[in-house]
Amino acid sequence: MSAEAHGHMEIPFTVHARPDTGLYNGKLGVWLFLASEVMLFGALFSSLILIRTGSTTPWPEGWKELHVYPAMINTFVLIASSVFVIMAWANLRLRKPKVARMWIAATLLCGFAFMGIKGYEYSLSFAHHHFPKTNNFFAIYFTMTGLHGLHVLGGMVVFAYFLTKGWSMHEHEYQRFTNRIEIVGLYWHFVDLVWIFLFPTLYLL
Amino acid sequence: MAQKRQVRVGSQWMYARDAEKALSEALRVMKEEEGHHESFITKYVFSQDHKWIGVQYGVTALCFLLFGFFLMIMMRLQLGWPGEPFWVIKMFFHGDGKLLPEQYNQLGAMHGTIMVFLAIVPLAVGAFGNYVVPLQIGAPDMAFPKLNMASYWCYLPGGLVMLASMFLLQTKGGAAQSGWTSYPPLSDIASQGQTWWLVGMIFLITSSLLGSVNFIVTIIQLRAKGMTWDRLPFFVWAQFVTSFLLLLAFPPLEAAGVLQLMDRVAGTSFFLPSGLVVSGEVLKNAGGGNPLLWQHLFWFLAHPEVYVLILPAMGIVAEIIANNTRKSLWGYRSMVGASIFLGFMSFIVWAHHMFMTGMGQALSAFFQTTTMIISIPSVIILSALFITLWGGSIRFNVPMLFALAFLPMFGIGGLTGLPLGLATTDIHLHDTYYVIGHFHYVVAPGTIFAMFAGIYYWFPKVTGRMLNEKLGKLHFWSSFVFINGIFMPMFYQGLAGVSRRLYDGGIQYAHAKEAASATNPFMSACAVGLFLSQLPFIYNFFTSIKWGERVGANPWQANTLEWVATTSPPLGHGNFTTVPVVYRGPYDYSLPGSADDYLPQTTPEPGTVAAPVIAPAPVVA
Repeated sequence: MSAEAHGHMEIPFTVHARPDTGLYNGKLGVWLFLASEVMLFGALFSSLILIRTGSTTPWPEGWKELHVYPAMINTFVLIASSVFVIMAWANLRLRKPKVARMWIAATLLCGFAFMGIKGYEYSLSFAHHHFPKTNNFFAIYFTMTGLHGLHVLGGMVVFAYFLTKGWSMHEHEYQRFTNRIEIVGLYWHFVDLVWIFLFPTLYLL
Repeated sequence: MAQKRQVRVGSQWMYARDAEKALSEALRVMKEEEGHHESFITKYVFSQDHKWIGVQYGVTALCFLLFGFFLMIMMRLQLGWPGEPFWVIKMFFHGDGKLLPEQYNQLGAMHGTIMVFLAIVPLAVGAFGNYVVPLQIGAPDMAFPKLNMASYWCYLPGGLVMLASMFLLQTKGGAAQSGWTSYPPLSDIASQGQTWWLVGMIFLITSSLLGSVNFIVTIIQLRAKGMTWDRLPFFVWAQFVTSFLLLLAFPPLEAAGVLQLMDRVAGTSFFLPSGLVVSGEVLKNAGGGNPLLWQHLFWFLAHPEVYVLILPAMGIVAEIIANNTRKSLWGYRSMVGASIFLGFMSFIVWAHHMFMTGMGQALSAFFQTTTMIISIPSVIILSALFITLWGGSIRFNVPMLFALAFLPMFGIGGLTGLPLGLATTDIHLHDTYYVIGHFHYVVAPGTIFAMFAGIYYWFPKVTGRMLNEKLGKLHFWSSFVFINGIFMPMFYQGLAGVSRRLYDGGIQYAHAKEAASATNPFMSACAVGLFLSQLPFIYNFFTSIKWGERVGANPWQANTLEWVATTSPPLGHGNFTTVPVVYRGPYDYSLPGSADDYLPQTTPEPGTVAAPVIAPAPVVA
């Protein structure tokens, strides 16, 4: 309708899948973005391996220097939040937006819990006078968990937006809103996955 | 019940409640679109139209190209006549007109950074890719217009941070001085400008990430009906592969940038080995880092980056050569296959930049093998373009001249790379002017000539007017002569052992003195000549926007959609009045038995009925 009135075409496949690719634009876009994120964290993991194997002094043992139990709790918090965001999407598919909203809120809450526990962990490290400049172990620990924390924060901003200003979209563009939750869910799983690699690599190995 | 009352809308009865909803939705859409169309800010500054973003990218990148060249002019003056005062250097650095060594290093680092990241990639991908790709595949816009806008608005601040470091920090050690490669440990302990460089790079990497996701999704999802993969113009294929390189190669540099930023700001030692002595004192840091780690991460980006520079150029040249030989591209499928193979291989050749770092024989052997292999697809593409010329009735217009010059120039650049890719000969040649000559032949008379070819070719599409042919030819021939005058002697200098990055061009070294002093003044004079050769282009560019000869939609009688399915300049948002339908490949020139020597991609096969004109509605399947 608006296209005819204004004499221009609209971008296709923003909401519905293109038949021959089976994807709508946003979903393909987020997968590509995640591919680049794999390269980003992959480069950091490679750097960790190179610095650790090239170290001339004994590499500090993660479970002695860091705080394993808060980090383990955080692992479960993030895994739970990954389930919650799926519940949100599933309930949207079942046309139960109110239930879905609760699950989005639960996911956001997990994000807060993760960041709170992470902050507590950082403060414990600082109290022991462990800083990024202390040695390369702490340097890579703070860099990688810090960058991961920024990713968690980014996801939380998006969830907060969907709970508040972005929520009204489900009233007039239901499918598009459902897609948005699917896309942020994919991102959130990735952030979760990075942590699942970070936890054993830094804390347990 | 008021809610159940029915009203008539058009020819349809509906519930009042639904009608109200539909009305408010229509008003919302209209409001949104008015904002879209009418405000100056959203139309020209924060535009979401791929064409205008392409123009923004193009103009900004051309400014950076000129500025990067100007920095090189100051360096060339110093190299040609070391220690002599010059007026331009005095104007720029406010000294006595003599260039200082640390200023020379700034100019070198910023020239490289600006040319690669702020001029050529934004021109090749941001400008040509943005403007041409959606038009060539029959798409109304890029898949994500807002991301597209964000991409430009990350690029510009990144560039401004780089410029600012040059102009604001002269009392605090100046801009980055560690080369465009920023090798630690020097870059780790360099002055403040290096931190600005890193911040600028993070902006640029973000910009390229947003752009590359957008290009890939656009090309996969928004191809018009009938635009199958084997009907894509080669230019689109080149952009497609380029976007994958940008998407996957840049993040490791971002990681490296973050690590270097941590080294500089948080005092970590990722790239600082233990016991490093700076100015006679042992550096007080934790140590244990590895400077080679930076080189691995940097070249993991920067080698694919070379193909980011060259693939779009090949794409442009292929379009222009097919159009002006009035022939189909020879070996279209081989060219596409070669570019995809090139893309894959470019990820496993990076350490040929590191033969001399002592990384070991086994690694050198591996990387020299992959390097020899990657030359094959480049040769396939170049050979296919040469064979396309065979037997064509060639139109020697300005875009074609630049495109033709690209072939031997890129050929020289590519072939001189082979001795560098072999670990043994690289021992003699590494870090000499031979290397500078090699990669400048690829990028300057190679890629930049292809960019000029593209500007002359698509200018009538963007503005509806032609660039002046005579001024164009003057621009081409003078540039062609002078650019070879600069770079050809570099091979001789390098073979004679003149090292790169020398502040005086090498005259203080006994073995290099003769070769350097014999050629440097001539090369520097050629550089000034090349600068003057750009004046006809700049004049031509601005006057032709207003007074150039008006042309129709398809002045080159081309086949691809941007020429045959829309006006010059194309419509605003949406590009096409009707959705184009594609029936054939992009290079059906001079087909026997057809009336014209070109057949647009929208022409149906004889005997079939053209699809009815589709109303301009969204093509939702």
